[in-house]
Amino acid sequence: MAKRVLSFVVNGRLREEAVGDSTLLLDLLREQLGLTGTKRGCDGGECGACTVIVDGRPQLSCLTLAARCDGAHVETVEALAAGGRMSALQAAFHEKLGTQCGFCTPGMIMAAEALLRGNPAPDEATIREALGGNLCRCTGYVKIIEAVQAAAAAGGGR
Amino acid sequence: MNPEAKRLPPAKSVGVRQPLVDGVEKVTGAARYTADLAPRGALVGAILRSPVAHARIRGVDTSRARAMPGVRAVVTGEDCAIPYGVIPIAQNEFPLARDRVRYCGEPLAAVAADDAATAQAALAAIELDLEPLPAYFDAKSARAEGAVQLHEGKPGNLERAVEQTFGDVDGGFAKADLVREHAFHYAEVNHAMMEPNAAVAHWDAERGRLTLHSVTQVPYYVHLALARCLQLDESAIRVVKPFVGGGFGHRTETLNFEVIAGLLARAAGGTVRLELSREETFLTHRGRPETDVRMKIGLTKTGAITAIEAEVVQRGGAYAGYGLVTILYAGALLHAIYRVPASRYHGFRVYSNTPPNGAMRGHGSVDVRHAFETMLDTMAGELGLDPFAVRRANLIDAPHRTINDLQVNSCGLGECLDIVERRSGWRERRGKLPRGRGLGMACSHYVSGSAKPVHWTGEPHAVINLKLDFDGGITVLTGASDIGQGSSTLISQAVAEVLRLPMSRLTVFANDSVVTPKDNGSYSSRVSFMVGNAAIRAADEMKRVLVAAAARRLEVSPDDVEWNGEHCRVAGTDRELGYRDVVTEALRDAGTITVKGTWSTPPETQGGSFRGAAVGTSAGFSYAAEVVEVEVDEDTGMVRVVQVWVAHDCGRAINPLAVEGQVQGSVWMGMGQALCEETQYLDGLHVRANLLDYRMPTIVESPPIDTSIVEAPDPNGPFGAKEAGEGSLSAFLPALTNAIADAIGLRLDELPASPDRVLEAIVARRRAERVRRTAKAAAQEAD
Repeated sequence: MAKRVLSFVVNGRLREEAVGDSTLLLDLLREQLGLTGTKRGCDGGECGACTVIVDGRPQLSCLTLAARCDGAHVETVEALAAGGRMSALQAAFHEKLGTQCGFCTPGMIMAAEALLRGNPAPDEATIREALGGNLCRCTGYVKIIEAVQAAAAAGGGR
Repeated sequence: MNPEAKRLPPAKSVGVRQPLVDGVEKVTGAARYTADLAPRGALVGAILRSPVAHARIRGVDTSRARAMPGVRAVVTGEDCAIPYGVIPIAQNEFPLARDRVRYCGEPLAAVAADDAATAQAALAAIELDLEPLPAYFDAKSARAEGAVQLHEGKPGNLERAVEQTFGDVDGGFAKADLVREHAFHYAEVNHAMMEPNAAVAHWDAERGRLTLHSVTQVPYYVHLALARCLQLDESAIRVVKPFVGGGFGHRTETLNFEVIAGLLARAAGGTVRLELSREETFLTHRGRPETDVRMKIGLTKTGAITAIEAEVVQRGGAYAGYGLVTILYAGALLHAIYRVPASRYHGFRVYSNTPPNGAMRGHGSVDVRHAFETMLDTMAGELGLDPFAVRRANLIDAPHRTINDLQVNSCGLGECLDIVERRSGWRERRGKLPRGRGLGMACSHYVSGSAKPVHWTGEPHAVINLKLDFDGGITVLTGASDIGQGSSTLISQAVAEVLRLPMSRLTVFANDSVVTPKDNGSYSSRVSFMVGNAAIRAADEMKRVLVAAAARRLEVSPDDVEWNGEHCRVAGTDRELGYRDVVTEALRDAGTITVKGTWSTPPETQGGSFRGAAVGTSAGFSYAAEVVEVEVDEDTGMVRVVQVWVAHDCGRAINPLAVEGQVQGSVWMGMGQALCEETQYLDGLHVRANLLDYRMPTIVESPPIDTSIVEAPDPNGPFGAKEAGEGSLSAFLPALTNAIADAIGLRLDELPASPDRVLEAIVARRRAERVRRTAKAAAQEAD
């Protein structure tokens, strides 16, 4: 498989990585960079568990070719905690039980993070729309909505 | 002593809304699930699956695959001749098929290679010689005369037939003022937990030892199956459960890929990671079976049940798995929710050429509960009674022993009914909503763990170990699998409550077979009840040791020590001792202290002596009542759930936050089955083995769930607690269809109530009305 060297910023750190033409961003993050917070929940574009933020927008890393990320800013769930302390959004998911098994949580949080950056005070319908591509099998979504609302009330994702 | 500690009041942990003790890891991405663990250099495993639903295996030629560079191991059915299965008397499944394949997707061979591409190329190089056999994709054709038997000695492909009669059934129906009988059909559903299946197996060739990390709910079962299939001494195996992304019953049984990973690691002499795709995870299945229910109920004119009769047919898939338990549950849990004076049950568990079914949240009870509660609703209408009144006419007054020998020691269903009736505005709103909107209600219940374990070893049902060391920290060692339900948090709360210490003194360490005590696993909602009780007993024992140490140091009798956690004192005096001083005294001479607590179900809860009596028994039953409001679009057949009101009797909410989460998740999973979820096979090929075609509700169409906790304390429960994670699932299905009936006057006999089915039923009704009108007009003309 042909490889090329990719320069991009992951969680604020400049990286240069040799990647195959068909390598997915998800595999680059998990296998090459060891950022296993981003999860694979399906066979491609079904569940949202692998959601990361690319250049400020939520994106499914399992449907993104790594080679297309040259020069991009990529953020994963590992980027949110500052100095080892949870972000307001992470703290809200923890305290409100927006996470049970936790497998959908990194993708759910990254989708919500992208929402709150653009809209710090979303109404419930907007939250539902923004998280519509992220499946959760544990919570029935009730406490996920409460968590995003609590984070927004506490000053958003930051 | 530390002056800070003196001012701290004794810590309160039970009844507190406690975020998960492992929640920080989950929200920061630090939590490691099985697929996150593979060390660099691990081999990649892959499985070759049967392309056909039923065939004799004439040959599996792996010679080309074995010769490929980078292929380190190839295993087939030849490598394991010992069948396994969760029920000791029904073990008929091989990790890799031998002689015959019985469903499309059944593992036939597996490889371990240097990388994924090589593994896939090796699978493609394996040549199969399969001789097709007739295949059966529904229970009826599998049972038909002349059908080929899937398994020897199982004529009619009947895995298990159950016939149970209690009381005077015919007399009961004769006494009834209204008797009705109706048939229902339920599609098969799957757990679809978010984490796909994965295992990492390491074979230590020098010592002949196997270590397996897997996504299991029951590491103990995996341990037993590995020892059996790999013919290893049980002490040569270590099973570790890392973070697990849900299970809902899928991971209760040992699954084929777990044994395959072990076989591959041994054959390759190294470490193998085996990550299944979402499609393969669906094919591993073990979901709730396609089910036909014929239900007959007799009621008096005040709504009291006089007798019930049910026939249940489950299409169980290709192997036994949990099958006999599922078909027994369907009969047993007709009871223990209402007073039933007489019952007859016929159950038929049928083999078919589809992926094996198994345990799924609400195991065995969900489809029969829908039939039962639907009929109560229709019959209430015929009798001119309110649906709530019919339930109230049959409430159990605990303590109560059912006619099938289930022991109910607490029941808060009456209070659940009152709450959802009030909160939903039932009396004010029912019957007054515009056409297309409706309200429906129903009830359900579930066991808090089976009172008899699958493996009757004579051991206690649950064991907890506590370790106290020089640092004053207490390590809680448990084999109970936290799969997201919050069991580690609950166990920690129970220990902290007894010791009156803050939870920050505790660390839970779970699920590593070389360190933690054996546990029977996370299934049948047993953990809160059984392991919670063991945790209390372990903490009682630790407290006894600490109080004795404090008494020694204070030179008083232990009876005079008032224990307040971070400090204790001589009762009635100002003489105090801080916790750290007590620990120092306790460890003097003794060193590190380890204590344990155990718990077993009381004998009177373990059921009767008839065949199959163990299934359905429990030391405590949970109860739930639900009201669902729907909006039905009669042009499209779309059903929208506007709101749900649920009240769940969990005995005592040790962690109210987690109880709410469990109840909401149960209600929502019931909604998925009721509205849209179903598997589908074309000639045995699973055509919905992905999360788009296996349609579960997204956040967009998921309703608000008004959640109330009812606490009818159970005398056997830890702090009075009962289960919270399953009991409110099954009420949703009938509450939904009862709401649809209220909205548009239409009753579906089949679930899910997907738009195609609803629309078809609406069209059929319109046509029938038109035919009736035409016939009437013709008759009038003729007059």
